[in-house]
Amino acid sequence: MASEDCQDARIARIAAAIRVIPNFPKTGIMFQDITTLLLDTRAFRDTIDLFVERYKDKDISVVAGIEARGFIFGPPVALAIGAKFVPLRKPNKLPGEVISEEYSLEYGKDKMEMHVGAVQAGEPALVIDDLIATGGTLCAAISLLERVGVHVVECACVIELPELKGRERLGEKPLFVLVDAA
Amino acid sequence: MSGCRDEDPRIHGIKTKIGVVPNFPKPGIMFQDITPLLLDPKAFKDAVDLFVERYKDKNISVVAGIEARGFIFGPPIALAIGAKFVPLRKPRKLPGEVIFEEYVLEYGSDCLEMHLGAVEPGECVLVVDDLIATGGTLCAAMNLLERVGAVVVECACLIELPELKGRGRLNGKPLYVLVEYQ
Repeated sequence: MASEDCQDARIARIAAAIRVIPNFPKTGIMFQDITTLLLDTRAFRDTIDLFVERYKDKDISVVAGIEARGFIFGPPVALAIGAKFVPLRKPNKLPGEVISEEYSLEYGKDKMEMHVGAVQAGEPALVIDDLIATGGTLCAAISLLERVGVHVVECACVIELPELKGRERLGEKPLFVLVDAA
Repeated sequence: MSGCRDEDPRIHGIKTKIGVVPNFPKPGIMFQDITPLLLDPKAFKDAVDLFVERYKDKNISVVAGIEARGFIFGPPIALAIGAKFVPLRKPRKLPGEVIFEEYVLEYGSDCLEMHLGAVEPGECVLVVDDLIATGGTLCAAMNLLERVGAVVVECACLIELPELKGRGRLNGKPLYVLVEYQ
């Protein structure tokens, strides 16, 4: 199909534009660097288009992006589909009233915050980040949104690391990714 | 000439969407919160459009955005004008080879990093952040870019705090803002 060929070509270009940096931030980790994707204007455009094509007719009213690389992909998608953009931030960055969700890291814990009143109960939402690894961060994001009654329709990432089983950790929540980093 | 758009009818709508939060992050500071703007798809789009209209025919090949709120506004502009997006980040976030620029804060100092090779000598660059206060961060950003031989065409922010005199601190570089907070 012509449209499938076109999609495959775009995905191939996106995958090729992602740079892998060994042993960052620590030994043994193969870091998936999306900054090279952002330098390829066509591939960056295609990344956003692929998300927009999927979500534009799904009545999504909120795109929630996870700090910081979710701030790069979320707003262009939100703008294109006419949705609000809600930043999910590290602690103490958002002024005013926030709700927070703690989550586990490999060593220790972190915390994610969202503004109270940014989203209304019943709103359909998309959660965006650059990458899903173990799924811990995305799960925290889903929790934050669901605690205020938002319906998380799907999570969307540019890259998935399938070996880390993040998709399983999201359980029934659908996950859409463009590229598998095997 | 540096400018501030106060004639365009879209500016009023944008201005009303910037929240002021007193005493954040510490007593005496009136924090300019852009998150309500992001919750208004029309106002957010208008803000981006105002920048795009100004820059689309200026041969800008790079939009550099300052972490983290510059990541929200920079990419939509970059995508619309066909420029690369380059994130300027806090220390130790960017993998691979970086250059860094230290800059002074009210108490202490901070550091901004950029990937080596992201920007070529002679490229025309726009620097984007949500707000200019003292201008310290924007100066650091411009220094990073000029050190690799790029030409900073202009700095663009949604908000200026004129009392803090950041505009005069930019070594003669033009500054364009949408809204001033007096």
